[in-house]
Amino acid sequence: MATLEDTHKSYGMGMHTEQLRGRSLETFFSVDDQDHGNFTLPDAFHVDMEKIGEIDAQDMEIVDINRQIRELMKSGHGHIVIKNPLAKHSLGVGILNRLRLEFDGSLGYFGCGLIDGPNVTIKGRVGWSCAENMMSGTLVVEKNAGSTFGAAIRGGDLVCRGDVGSRTGIDQKGGTILVGGSTGAFSCFMMQRGRLIVLGNAGKNLGDSMYDGTIYVGGEIASLGVDAVPGDLNKFEIDWLEHKLALYGMAAPNGAARLQKIVAGKQLWNYDNLEPHEKKIIL
Amino acid sequence: MCGIAAIIHRNGSGDVGQEMTSMLRALKHRGPDSTGFALYGEATANEYIMRFKVAEQEDLARGFYIHQEIEDRKATVDQRMIDMGVEILSQEAATEYAYRYRLKFDGDMRRLADFIEEVEGAEILSIGEGLELVKDLGDADVVSGQYGLAQFNGTHGIGHTRMATESDVDIRSAHPYWAYPFKDVAVVHNGQLTNYWNGRRALEHRGHRFVSNCDSELIAVYLADKMDQGTDLETAMTDSLDELDGVFTYVVATSDKLGMAKDVMAAKPMVVYEDDNTVVLASEEVAIRSIFPHEIDTFDPYEGEVRVWQR
Repeated sequence: MATLEDTHKSYGMGMHTEQLRGRSLETFFSVDDQDHGNFTLPDAFHVDMEKIGEIDAQDMEIVDINRQIRELMKSGHGHIVIKNPLAKHSLGVGILNRLRLEFDGSLGYFGCGLIDGPNVTIKGRVGWSCAENMMSGTLVVEKNAGSTFGAAIRGGDLVCRGDVGSRTGIDQKGGTILVGGSTGAFSCFMMQRGRLIVLGNAGKNLGDSMYDGTIYVGGEIASLGVDAVPGDLNKFEIDWLEHKLALYGMAAPNGAARLQKIVAGKQLWNYDNLEPHEKKIIL
Repeated sequence: MCGIAAIIHRNGSGDVGQEMTSMLRALKHRGPDSTGFALYGEATANEYIMRFKVAEQEDLARGFYIHQEIEDRKATVDQRMIDMGVEILSQEAATEYAYRYRLKFDGDMRRLADFIEEVEGAEILSIGEGLELVKDLGDADVVSGQYGLAQFNGTHGIGHTRMATESDVDIRSAHPYWAYPFKDVAVVHNGQLTNYWNGRRALEHRGHRFVSNCDSELIAVYLADKMDQGTDLETAMTDSLDELDGVFTYVVATSDKLGMAKDVMAAKPMVVYEDDNTVVLASEEVAIRSIFPHEIDTFDPYEGEVRVWQR
Protein backbone atom coordinates (compact mmCIF):
# COMPACT_ATOMS: atom_id res chain seq x y z
CA MET A 1 0.00 0.00 0.00
CA ALA A 2 2.84 2.36 0.81
CA THR A 3 4.29 2.21 -2.71
CA LEU A 4 1.13 3.12 -4.64
CA GLU A 5 0.64 6.45 -6.42
CA ASP A 6 -1.48 9.17 -4.83
CA THR A 7 -4.27 9.00 -7.37
CA HIS A 8 -6.14 5.95 -8.46
CA LYS A 9 -4.42 3.83 -5.92
CA SER A 10 -7.77 2.49 -4.87
CA TYR A 11 -8.31 1.28 -8.43
CA GLY A 12 -4.91 -0.33 -8.34
CA MET A 13 -6.05 -2.19 -5.28
CA GLY A 14 -9.31 -3.19 -6.92
CA MET A 15 -11.30 -1.41 -4.25
CA HIS A 16 -13.91 0.22 -6.49
CA THR A 17 -16.07 -2.72 -7.21
CA GLU A 18 -19.00 -1.71 -5.04
CA GLN A 19 -22.22 -2.91 -6.62
CA LEU A 20 -25.19 -0.60 -7.03
CA ARG A 21 -27.54 -2.38 -4.76
CA GLY A 22 -29.44 -1.78 -1.60
CA ARG A 23 -32.96 -1.79 -0.36
CA SER A 24 -33.76 1.58 -1.86
CA LEU A 25 -33.21 0.31 -5.38
CA GLU A 26 -35.57 -2.61 -5.00
CA THR A 27 -38.99 -2.13 -6.45
CA PHE A 28 -41.04 -3.21 -3.48
CA PHE A 29 -40.60 0.23 -1.95
CA SER A 30 -42.18 2.05 -4.86
CA VAL A 31 -45.58 3.52 -4.09
CA ASP A 32 -46.48 3.22 -7.76
CA ASP A 33 -46.18 -0.53 -7.56
CA GLN A 34 -49.72 -1.85 -7.87
CA ASP A 35 -49.60 -4.94 -5.71
CA HIS A 36 -47.15 -3.49 -3.17
CA GLY A 37 -47.43 -6.66 -1.21
CA ASN A 38 -43.77 -7.32 -0.54
CA PHE A 39 -43.34 -4.92 2.30
CA THR A 40 -42.04 -7.02 5.09
CA LEU A 41 -41.17 -4.77 8.03
CA PRO A 42 -42.63 -6.25 11.20
CA ASP A 43 -45.60 -4.34 12.59
CA ALA A 44 -45.96 -2.24 9.43
CA PHE A 45 -49.48 -0.95 8.92
CA HIS A 46 -51.50 -2.03 5.89
CA VAL A 47 -52.20 1.25 4.21
CA ASP A 48 -54.18 2.21 1.12
CA MET A 49 -52.13 4.61 -0.99
CA GLU A 50 -55.33 6.20 -2.33
CA LYS A 51 -56.71 7.04 1.09
CA ILE A 52 -55.74 10.62 1.95
CA GLY A 53 -55.56 12.08 5.45
CA GLU A 54 -54.78 15.65 6.44
CA ILE A 55 -53.34 17.21 9.59
CA ASP A 56 -53.27 20.94 10.33
CA ALA A 57 -50.16 21.32 12.48
CA GLN A 58 -50.65 25.03 13.18
CA ASP A 59 -51.46 24.84 16.88
CA MET A 60 -50.36 21.29 17.59
CA GLU A 61 -47.42 20.10 19.68
CA ILE A 62 -44.72 18.06 17.93
CA VAL A 63 -45.51 14.85 19.78
CA ASP A 64 -49.22 15.17 18.93
CA ILE A 65 -48.49 15.65 15.23
CA ASN A 66 -46.30 12.54 15.12
CA ARG A 67 -48.90 10.58 17.08
CA GLN A 68 -51.60 11.74 14.66
CA ILE A 69 -49.52 10.51 11.67
CA ARG A 70 -49.30 7.12 13.33
CA GLU A 71 -53.02 7.06 14.05
CA LEU A 72 -53.80 7.85 10.41
CA MET A 73 -51.48 5.07 9.21
CA LYS A 74 -53.14 2.70 11.67
CA SER A 75 -56.51 3.53 10.14
CA GLY A 76 -55.17 2.70 6.65
CA HIS A 77 -54.26 6.13 5.29
CA GLY A 78 -51.43 5.74 2.81
CA HIS A 79 -51.26 9.41 1.81
CA ILE A 80 -50.93 12.01 4.56
CA VAL A 81 -50.67 15.78 4.06
CA ILE A 82 -49.36 18.00 6.88
CA LYS A 83 -50.47 21.62 6.60
CA ASN A 84 -48.66 24.49 8.37
CA PRO A 85 -45.68 22.60 9.81
CA LEU A 86 -44.13 26.04 10.59
CA ALA A 87 -40.56 24.73 10.85
CA LYS A 88 -41.32 22.67 13.95
CA HIS A 89 -38.64 20.19 14.95
CA SER A 90 -38.66 16.38 14.72
CA LEU A 91 -41.75 16.05 12.53
CA GLY A 92 -42.33 12.77 10.69
CA VAL A 93 -39.64 10.87 12.57
CA GLY A 94 -39.41 7.10 12.93
CA ILE A 95 -41.87 6.12 10.19
CA LEU A 96 -41.25 2.45 9.31
CA ASN A 97 -44.00 2.08 6.78
CA ARG A 98 -44.99 2.54 3.18
CA LEU A 99 -46.48 6.01 3.11
CA ARG A 100 -46.81 9.03 0.87
CA LEU A 101 -46.14 11.93 3.23
CA GLU A 102 -46.39 15.57 2.17
CA PHE A 103 -45.37 18.59 4.21
CA ASP A 104 -46.98 21.76 2.95
CA GLY A 105 -44.27 24.03 4.39
CA SER A 106 -40.93 23.91 6.17
CA LEU A 107 -39.49 21.60 8.80
CA GLY A 108 -37.11 22.37 11.66
CA TYR A 109 -34.37 20.15 13.04
CA PHE A 110 -34.28 16.38 12.56
CA GLY A 111 -37.20 16.39 10.13
CA CYS A 112 -38.10 12.82 9.05
CA GLY A 113 -35.17 11.31 10.95
CA LEU A 114 -34.94 7.52 11.31
CA ILE A 115 -37.37 6.74 8.51
CA ASP A 116 -37.55 3.43 6.71
CA GLY A 117 -39.86 3.26 3.75
CA PRO A 118 -41.97 6.40 3.23
CA ASN A 119 -41.93 8.66 0.20
CA VAL A 120 -41.76 12.18 1.62
CA THR A 121 -42.17 15.53 -0.11
CA ILE A 122 -41.37 18.78 1.70
CA LYS A 123 -42.49 21.93 -0.07
CA GLY A 124 -40.41 24.30 2.06
CA ARG A 125 -36.99 24.25 3.64
CA VAL A 126 -35.59 21.81 6.20
CA GLY A 127 -33.37 22.58 9.20
CA TRP A 128 -30.37 20.67 10.48
CA SER A 129 -30.11 16.86 10.33
CA CYS A 130 -32.95 16.18 7.94
CA ALA A 131 -33.48 12.44 7.31
CA GLU A 132 -30.68 11.48 9.65
CA ASN A 133 -30.23 7.68 9.70
CA MET A 134 -32.73 7.17 6.89
CA MET A 135 -32.88 3.50 5.88
CA SER A 136 -34.97 3.51 2.71
CA GLY A 137 -37.63 5.37 0.78
CA THR A 138 -37.35 8.80 -0.82
CA LEU A 139 -37.38 12.33 0.58
CA VAL A 140 -37.55 15.40 -1.65
CA VAL A 141 -37.00 18.94 -0.32
CA GLU A 142 -38.18 21.61 -2.73
CA LYS A 143 -36.21 24.51 -1.20
CA ASN A 144 -32.95 24.73 0.79
CA ALA A 145 -31.68 22.48 3.56
CA GLY A 146 -29.59 23.11 6.67
CA SER A 147 -26.39 21.41 7.77
CA THR A 148 -25.83 17.67 8.27
CA PHE A 149 -28.41 16.86 5.60
CA GLY A 150 -28.64 13.08 5.38
CA ALA A 151 -26.20 12.37 8.19
CA ALA A 152 -25.44 8.65 8.47
CA ILE A 153 -28.10 7.54 6.00
CA ARG A 154 -27.98 3.90 5.02
CA GLY A 155 -30.32 3.78 2.06
CA GLY A 156 -32.94 5.52 -0.01
CA ASP A 157 -32.84 8.67 -2.12
CA LEU A 158 -32.53 12.02 -0.38
CA VAL A 159 -33.07 15.01 -2.64
CA CYS A 160 -32.72 18.75 -2.06
CA ARG A 161 -33.47 20.97 -5.02
CA GLY A 162 -31.86 24.05 -3.43
CA ASP A 163 -28.63 24.62 -1.51
CA VAL A 164 -27.62 22.62 1.53
CA GLY A 165 -25.44 23.60 4.49
CA SER A 166 -22.26 22.05 5.82
CA ARG A 167 -21.38 18.43 6.54
CA THR A 168 -23.90 17.00 4.08
CA GLY A 169 -23.86 13.21 4.17
CA ILE A 170 -21.50 13.08 7.13
CA ASP A 171 -20.88 9.44 8.01
CA GLN A 172 -23.02 8.31 5.08
CA LYS A 173 -23.31 4.53 4.96
CA GLY A 174 -25.40 4.00 1.86
CA GLY A 175 -28.15 5.44 -0.31
CA THR A 176 -27.95 8.47 -2.58
CA ILE A 177 -28.04 12.16 -1.73
CA LEU A 178 -28.86 14.51 -4.62
CA VAL A 179 -28.34 18.25 -4.28
CA GLY A 180 -29.61 20.60 -6.98
CA GLY A 181 -27.64 23.59 -5.68
CA SER A 182 -24.41 23.83 -3.73
CA THR A 183 -23.18 22.14 -0.58
CA GLY A 184 -21.10 23.53 2.30
CA ALA A 185 -17.81 22.53 3.90
CA PHE A 186 -16.92 19.04 5.10
CA SER A 187 -19.52 17.31 2.96
CA CYS A 188 -19.27 13.51 3.15
CA PHE A 189 -16.88 13.71 6.08
CA MET A 190 -16.06 10.11 7.05
CA MET A 191 -18.30 8.72 4.33
CA GLN A 192 -18.37 4.94 4.30
CA ARG A 193 -20.63 3.99 1.41
CA GLY A 194 -23.27 5.44 -0.86
CA ARG A 195 -23.27 8.39 -3.23
CA LEU A 196 -23.53 12.16 -3.09
CA ILE A 197 -24.40 14.02 -6.29
CA VAL A 198 -24.01 17.82 -6.15
CA LEU A 199 -24.96 19.74 -9.27
CA GLY A 200 -23.61 23.06 -7.94
CA ASN A 201 -20.41 23.81 -6.05
CA ALA A 202 -18.92 21.99 -3.08
CA GLY A 203 -17.31 23.71 -0.09
CA LYS A 204 -13.88 23.06 1.30
CA ASN A 205 -12.62 19.70 2.60
CA LEU A 206 -14.99 17.67 0.45
CA GLY A 207 -14.91 13.98 1.37
CA ASP A 208 -12.50 14.47 4.24
CA SER A 209 -11.40 11.13 5.72
CA MET A 210 -13.82 9.16 3.57
CA TYR A 211 -13.48 5.38 3.74
CA ASP A 212 -15.44 4.56 0.61
CA GLY A 213 -18.41 5.78 -1.40
CA THR A 214 -18.49 8.15 -4.34
CA ILE A 215 -19.06 11.89 -4.73
CA TYR A 216 -20.05 13.58 -8.00
CA VAL A 217 -19.83 17.37 -8.33
CA GLY A 218 -21.13 19.49 -11.22
CA GLY A 219 -19.60 22.83 -10.23
CA GLU A 220 -16.40 23.86 -8.51
CA ILE A 221 -14.82 22.15 -5.53
CA ALA A 222 -13.29 24.56 -3.01
CA SER A 223 -10.86 21.89 -1.80
CA LEU A 224 -10.66 18.15 -1.25
CA GLY A 225 -10.26 16.74 2.23
CA VAL A 226 -7.61 14.34 3.45
CA ASP A 227 -7.60 11.12 1.41
CA ALA A 228 -10.26 12.23 -1.09
CA VAL A 229 -8.95 11.85 -4.64
CA PRO A 230 -10.39 12.35 -8.15
CA GLY A 231 -11.68 9.28 -9.93
CA ASP A 232 -12.75 8.45 -13.51
CA LEU A 233 -16.36 8.08 -14.59
CA ASN A 234 -17.24 4.93 -16.45
CA LYS A 235 -20.13 4.47 -18.85
CA PHE A 236 -22.16 2.47 -16.38
CA GLU A 237 -21.96 5.32 -13.86
CA ILE A 238 -22.92 7.96 -16.46
CA ASP A 239 -26.04 5.98 -17.39
CA TRP A 240 -26.87 5.47 -13.75
CA LEU A 241 -26.37 9.19 -12.95
CA GLU A 242 -28.58 10.29 -15.85
CA HIS A 243 -31.26 7.83 -14.81
CA LYS A 244 -31.09 8.80 -11.14
CA LEU A 245 -31.22 12.54 -11.81
CA ALA A 246 -34.05 12.15 -14.31
CA LEU A 247 -36.12 10.36 -11.68
CA TYR A 248 -36.34 13.68 -9.84
CA GLY A 249 -36.51 15.95 -12.89
CA MET A 250 -32.89 17.03 -12.46
CA ALA A 251 -29.99 17.11 -14.90
CA ALA A 252 -26.27 17.82 -14.57
CA PRO A 253 -25.43 21.36 -15.86
CA ASN A 254 -23.09 20.09 -18.61
CA GLY A 255 -24.27 16.52 -18.82
CA ALA A 256 -23.57 13.64 -16.46
CA ALA A 257 -20.33 12.81 -18.29
CA ARG A 258 -18.83 16.15 -17.16
CA LEU A 259 -19.40 15.59 -13.45
CA GLN A 260 -16.25 15.41 -11.36
CA LYS A 261 -15.93 12.15 -9.49
CA ILE A 262 -14.30 11.96 -6.07
CA VAL A 263 -13.44 8.71 -4.33
CA ALA A 264 -11.45 7.60 -1.30
CA GLY A 265 -7.70 7.36 -1.71
CA LYS A 266 -7.84 4.38 0.64
CA GLN A 267 -4.86 5.47 2.67
CA LEU A 268 -6.94 5.84 5.81
CA TRP A 269 -9.55 3.17 5.29
CA ASN A 270 -7.94 0.45 7.37
CA TYR A 271 -6.41 2.32 10.24
CA ASP A 272 -5.03 -0.69 12.07
CA ASN A 273 -2.88 -1.77 9.12
CA LEU A 274 -1.46 1.65 8.25
CA GLU A 275 2.24 2.05 7.71
CA PRO A 276 3.85 4.57 10.10
CA HIS A 277 4.33 7.24 7.42
CA GLU A 278 0.68 7.00 6.43
CA LYS A 279 -0.38 7.48 10.00
CA LYS A 280 1.37 10.83 9.83
CA ILE A 281 -1.22 11.96 7.33
CA ILE A 282 -3.88 11.50 9.97
CA LEU A 283 -2.08 12.44 13.14
CA MET B 1 -26.25 26.17 22.95
CA CYS B 2 -27.84 29.61 22.86
CA GLY B 3 -30.45 31.16 20.63
CA ILE B 4 -29.85 34.37 18.71
CA ALA B 5 -32.26 36.38 16.61
CA ALA B 6 -32.30 39.70 14.80
CA ILE B 7 -34.57 41.78 12.62
CA ILE B 8 -34.04 44.95 10.61
CA HIS B 9 -36.75 47.01 8.90
CA ARG B 10 -35.00 48.59 5.95
CA ASN B 11 -37.69 51.14 5.19
CA GLY B 12 -39.14 52.84 8.23
CA SER B 13 -39.85 51.18 11.53
CA GLY B 14 -41.88 48.35 13.01
CA ASP B 15 -42.89 46.64 16.24
CA VAL B 16 -39.40 45.31 16.93
CA GLY B 17 -40.13 44.85 20.64
CA GLN B 18 -43.04 42.56 19.88
CA GLU B 19 -41.23 40.80 17.05
CA MET B 20 -38.07 40.12 19.03
CA THR B 21 -40.09 38.87 22.02
CA SER B 22 -41.96 36.50 19.76
CA MET B 23 -38.77 35.16 18.14
CA LEU B 24 -36.94 34.70 21.44
CA ARG B 25 -39.98 32.96 22.90
CA ALA B 26 -39.75 30.45 20.05
CA LEU B 27 -36.04 29.92 20.86
CA LYS B 28 -36.55 29.40 24.58
CA HIS B 29 -35.57 25.72 24.32
CA ARG B 30 -32.08 26.82 23.21
CA GLY B 31 -31.46 28.61 26.50
CA PRO B 32 -33.71 29.38 29.45
CA ASP B 33 -31.16 31.08 31.75
CA SER B 34 -31.40 34.68 30.67
CA THR B 35 -32.79 36.75 27.83
CA GLY B 36 -31.50 39.98 26.36
CA PHE B 37 -32.60 42.52 23.80
CA ALA B 38 -30.78 45.33 22.02
CA LEU B 39 -33.48 47.40 20.36
CA TYR B 40 -32.96 50.45 18.16
CA GLY B 41 -35.53 53.23 18.14
CA GLU B 42 -35.55 56.45 16.16
CA ALA B 43 -32.63 58.58 17.33
CA THR B 44 -33.20 62.07 18.73
CA ALA B 45 -30.50 64.62 17.90
CA ASN B 46 -27.99 65.37 20.67
CA GLU B 47 -29.75 63.04 23.03
CA TYR B 48 -28.52 59.75 24.45
CA ILE B 49 -30.30 56.89 26.13
CA MET B 50 -28.35 55.15 28.84
CA ARG B 51 -29.38 51.82 30.36
CA PHE B 52 -27.53 50.78 33.48
CA LYS B 53 -27.89 48.62 36.56
CA VAL B 54 -26.47 49.00 40.07
CA ALA B 55 -27.01 45.43 41.34
CA GLU B 56 -27.61 41.87 40.19
CA GLN B 57 -31.00 40.25 40.65
CA GLU B 58 -29.50 37.72 43.06
CA ASP B 59 -28.08 40.54 45.23
CA LEU B 60 -31.62 41.37 46.34
CA ALA B 61 -31.74 38.14 48.31
CA ARG B 62 -28.56 39.01 50.22
CA GLY B 63 -27.58 41.56 52.84
CA PHE B 64 -29.74 43.40 55.34
CA TYR B 65 -29.36 46.79 53.73
CA ILE B 66 -29.31 45.91 50.03
CA HIS B 67 -32.32 48.11 49.19
CA GLN B 68 -30.71 51.08 50.91
CA GLU B 69 -27.39 50.26 49.20
CA ILE B 70 -29.06 50.26 45.80
CA GLU B 71 -30.52 53.70 46.49
CA ASP B 72 -27.13 54.95 47.64
CA ARG B 73 -25.39 53.56 44.56
CA LYS B 74 -27.93 55.20 42.28
CA ALA B 75 -27.52 58.52 44.10
CA THR B 76 -23.73 58.25 43.65
CA VAL B 77 -24.14 57.53 39.95
CA ASP B 78 -26.48 60.54 39.62
CA GLN B 79 -23.97 62.76 41.37
CA ARG B 80 -21.10 61.54 39.21
CA MET B 81 -23.08 62.19 36.07
CA ILE B 82 -23.79 65.75 37.19
CA ASP B 83 -20.10 66.17 38.04
CA MET B 84 -19.18 65.11 34.49
CA GLY B 85 -21.56 67.69 33.02
CA VAL B 86 -24.39 65.34 32.05
CA GLU B 87 -27.82 66.89 31.69
CA ILE B 88 -30.39 64.26 32.74
CA LEU B 89 -33.62 64.83 30.82
CA SER B 90 -35.67 62.01 32.30
CA GLN B 91 -35.24 58.81 34.24
CA GLU B 92 -37.25 55.61 34.63
CA ALA B 93 -36.73 52.62 36.87
CA ALA B 94 -37.48 49.45 34.89
CA THR B 95 -36.74 47.35 37.98
CA GLU B 96 -35.42 48.23 41.40
CA TYR B 97 -31.84 47.82 40.16
CA ALA B 98 -32.00 48.78 36.45
CA TYR B 99 -32.64 52.25 35.03
CA ARG B 100 -33.18 54.07 31.79
CA TYR B 101 -31.96 57.66 31.52
CA ARG B 102 -32.41 60.15 28.69
CA LEU B 103 -29.52 62.55 28.80
CA LYS B 104 -27.43 65.14 27.00
CA PHE B 105 -23.66 64.91 27.05
CA ASP B 106 -20.93 66.17 24.76
CA GLY B 107 -17.80 65.07 26.63
CA ASP B 108 -15.61 61.96 26.54
CA MET B 109 -17.89 58.91 26.55
CA ARG B 110 -15.23 56.50 27.78
CA ARG B 111 -14.37 58.75 30.75
CA LEU B 112 -18.03 59.04 31.68
CA ALA B 113 -18.54 55.27 31.44
CA ASP B 114 -15.43 54.53 33.52
CA PHE B 115 -16.43 57.09 36.16
CA ILE B 116 -19.90 55.60 36.55
CA GLU B 117 -18.73 51.99 36.56
CA GLU B 118 -16.31 52.73 39.37
CA VAL B 119 -19.37 52.79 41.65
CA GLU B 120 -19.84 49.38 43.28
CA GLY B 121 -22.31 47.19 41.38
CA ALA B 122 -22.80 49.75 38.63
CA GLU B 123 -22.61 48.53 35.04
CA ILE B 124 -23.63 50.46 31.98
CA LEU B 125 -25.61 48.14 29.73
CA SER B 126 -25.66 50.57 26.83
CA ILE B 127 -25.30 54.16 25.74
CA GLY B 128 -26.65 55.18 22.38
CA GLU B 129 -28.79 57.57 20.41
CA GLY B 130 -31.16 54.80 19.36
CA LEU B 131 -29.91 51.71 21.23
CA GLU B 132 -31.71 50.39 24.29
CA LEU B 133 -30.14 47.30 25.78
CA VAL B 134 -32.14 45.23 28.21
CA LYS B 135 -31.08 41.92 29.74
CA ASP B 136 -32.16 39.99 32.76
CA LEU B 137 -32.71 36.50 34.09
CA GLY B 138 -35.76 34.65 32.84
CA ASP B 139 -37.33 33.84 29.49
CA ALA B 140 -38.39 36.26 26.77
CA ASP B 141 -41.87 36.86 28.17
CA VAL B 142 -40.59 37.56 31.67
CA VAL B 143 -37.91 40.04 30.55
CA SER B 144 -40.07 41.68 27.92
CA GLY B 145 -42.91 42.10 30.43
CA GLN B 146 -40.64 43.37 33.18
CA TYR B 147 -39.11 46.06 30.97
CA GLY B 148 -42.27 46.85 28.94
CA LEU B 149 -40.70 45.99 25.59
CA ALA B 150 -43.88 44.86 23.84
CA GLN B 151 -44.72 48.48 22.99
CA PHE B 152 -41.26 49.24 21.60
CA ASN B 153 -41.38 50.64 18.08
CA GLY B 154 -38.07 50.78 16.27
CA THR B 155 -36.00 50.10 13.20
CA HIS B 156 -34.01 47.03 14.19
CA GLY B 157 -33.04 44.80 17.07
CA ILE B 158 -31.03 41.80 18.14
CA GLY B 159 -31.74 39.34 20.92
CA HIS B 160 -30.41 36.33 22.76
CA THR B 161 -31.64 33.46 24.90
CA ARG B 162 -28.79 32.08 26.94
CA MET B 163 -27.81 28.62 28.04
CA ALA B 164 -24.89 29.33 30.34
CA THR B 165 -22.02 26.95 29.64
CA GLU B 166 -18.83 28.65 30.69
CA SER B 167 -19.76 31.55 32.96
CA ASP B 168 -22.31 32.51 35.59
CA VAL B 169 -26.04 32.92 35.32
CA ASP B 170 -26.35 36.63 36.05
CA ILE B 171 -27.02 39.86 34.22
CA ARG B 172 -23.39 40.74 33.64
CA SER B 173 -22.85 37.43 31.80
CA ALA B 174 -26.05 37.78 29.78
CA HIS B 175 -26.10 38.99 26.19
CA PRO B 176 -26.27 41.30 24.28
CA TYR B 177 -22.97 43.03 25.00
CA TRP B 178 -22.54 46.70 24.39
CA ALA B 179 -19.28 47.42 22.53
CA TYR B 180 -18.09 49.82 25.23
CA PRO B 181 -17.58 52.73 24.77
CA PHE B 182 -19.01 52.92 21.23
CA LYS B 183 -22.50 54.31 21.17
CA ASP B 184 -25.14 52.15 19.50
CA VAL B 185 -23.04 48.98 18.97
CA ALA B 186 -24.23 45.66 20.46
CA VAL B 187 -23.36 41.99 19.94
CA VAL B 188 -25.07 38.63 20.54
CA HIS B 189 -23.26 35.33 20.16
CA ASN B 190 -23.91 31.60 20.03
CA GLY B 191 -20.88 29.38 20.51
CA GLN B 192 -17.62 29.04 22.37
CA LEU B 193 -14.43 31.02 21.93
CA THR B 194 -11.40 28.93 22.76
CA ASN B 195 -8.83 31.75 22.75
CA TYR B 196 -10.87 33.89 25.14
CA TRP B 197 -8.18 34.37 27.79
CA ASN B 198 -5.41 35.14 25.32
CA GLY B 199 -7.67 37.57 23.47
CA ARG B 200 -8.86 39.15 26.68
CA ARG B 201 -5.34 39.67 28.02
CA ALA B 202 -4.23 41.28 24.77
CA LEU B 203 -7.20 43.65 24.76
CA GLU B 204 -6.86 44.47 28.46
CA HIS B 205 -3.27 45.50 27.77
CA ARG B 206 -4.67 47.91 25.24
CA GLY B 207 -6.85 49.48 27.92
CA HIS B 208 -10.21 47.82 27.33
CA ARG B 209 -12.47 46.85 30.19
CA PHE B 210 -14.20 43.48 30.69
CA VAL B 211 -17.10 43.26 33.12
CA SER B 212 -17.76 39.51 32.98
CA ASN B 213 -15.99 36.21 32.42
CA CYS B 214 -18.25 35.41 29.49
CA ASP B 215 -16.40 34.60 26.26
CA SER B 216 -18.99 36.47 24.19
CA GLU B 217 -17.87 39.77 25.69
CA LEU B 218 -14.57 39.30 23.83
CA ILE B 219 -16.37 39.73 20.49
CA ALA B 220 -17.90 43.05 21.54
CA VAL B 221 -14.59 44.36 22.88
CA TYR B 222 -12.68 43.00 19.86
CA LEU B 223 -14.98 44.82 17.44
CA ALA B 224 -14.84 47.98 19.56
CA ASP B 225 -11.04 47.84 19.46
CA LYS B 226 -11.00 47.39 15.69
CA MET B 227 -13.42 50.26 15.15
CA ASP B 228 -11.36 52.37 17.53
CA GLN B 229 -8.49 51.93 15.07
CA GLY B 230 -10.68 53.10 12.21
CA THR B 231 -11.58 49.69 10.72
CA ASP B 232 -15.10 49.52 9.28
CA LEU B 233 -17.56 47.01 10.69
CA GLU B 234 -17.51 44.50 7.84
CA THR B 235 -13.69 44.35 7.71
CA ALA B 236 -13.52 43.98 11.49
CA MET B 237 -15.99 41.09 11.30
CA THR B 238 -14.04 39.41 8.49
CA ASP B 239 -10.82 39.74 10.49
CA SER B 240 -12.54 38.21 13.50
CA LEU B 241 -12.99 34.92 11.63
CA ASP B 242 -9.22 34.47 11.60
CA GLU B 243 -8.42 35.98 14.96
CA LEU B 244 -11.16 34.43 17.10
CA ASP B 245 -10.83 30.69 17.68
CA GLY B 246 -13.65 28.29 18.35
CA VAL B 247 -17.10 27.67 17.00
CA PHE B 248 -19.36 30.68 16.84
CA THR B 249 -22.05 32.55 15.03
CA TYR B 250 -22.57 36.11 16.12
CA VAL B 251 -24.75 39.05 15.19
CA VAL B 252 -23.78 42.69 15.61
CA ALA B 253 -25.93 45.79 15.28
CA THR B 254 -25.01 49.45 14.93
CA SER B 255 -27.19 52.53 14.56
CA ASP B 256 -27.91 51.72 10.91
CA LYS B 257 -26.45 48.29 10.20
CA LEU B 258 -26.99 44.65 11.04
CA GLY B 259 -24.24 42.11 10.47
CA MET B 260 -23.64 38.41 11.01
CA ALA B 261 -20.53 36.24 10.95
CA LYS B 262 -20.21 32.47 10.97
CA ASP B 263 -17.00 30.65 11.86
CA VAL B 264 -15.04 28.58 9.35
CA MET B 265 -16.33 25.29 10.78
CA ALA B 266 -19.98 26.39 10.39
CA ALA B 267 -20.74 24.53 13.57
CA LYS B 268 -23.37 26.94 14.91
CA PRO B 269 -26.65 27.45 13.12
CA MET B 270 -28.09 30.54 11.47
CA VAL B 271 -31.05 30.92 9.15
CA VAL B 272 -31.62 34.06 7.10
CA TYR B 273 -34.76 35.48 5.54
CA GLU B 274 -34.33 38.52 3.34
CA ASP B 275 -36.69 40.63 1.26
CA ASP B 276 -36.75 44.26 0.10
CA ASN B 277 -38.19 45.55 3.36
CA THR B 278 -37.02 43.18 6.05
CA VAL B 279 -34.10 40.96 7.00
CA VAL B 280 -34.60 38.41 9.75
CA LEU B 281 -31.91 36.17 11.25
CA ALA B 282 -32.37 33.42 13.80
CA SER B 283 -30.67 30.30 15.09
CA GLU B 284 -33.69 28.29 14.01
CA GLU B 285 -36.32 28.84 11.38
CA VAL B 286 -39.05 28.23 13.93
CA ALA B 287 -38.26 31.71 15.32
CA ILE B 288 -38.67 33.35 11.92
CA ARG B 289 -41.95 31.48 11.43
CA SER B 290 -43.27 32.95 14.65
CA ILE B 291 -43.47 36.33 12.89
CA PHE B 292 -43.85 35.12 9.28
CA PRO B 293 -46.32 32.22 9.36
CA HIS B 294 -46.77 32.21 5.57
CA GLU B 295 -44.39 30.34 3.26
CA ILE B 296 -41.10 32.19 2.71
CA ASP B 297 -37.67 31.36 1.30
CA THR B 298 -34.90 31.04 3.86
CA PHE B 299 -31.30 29.89 3.64
CA ASP B 300 -28.27 28.98 5.77
CA PRO B 301 -25.16 31.13 5.28
CA TYR B 302 -22.04 29.06 4.59
CA GLU B 303 -18.89 28.66 6.66
CA GLY B 304 -16.70 31.73 7.08
CA GLU B 305 -19.45 33.99 5.77
CA VAL B 306 -19.88 37.62 6.81
CA ARG B 307 -22.94 39.59 5.79
CA VAL B 308 -23.88 43.16 6.62
CA TRP B 309 -27.21 44.76 5.87
CA GLN B 310 -27.64 48.53 5.72
CA ARG B 311 -30.89 50.06 6.85
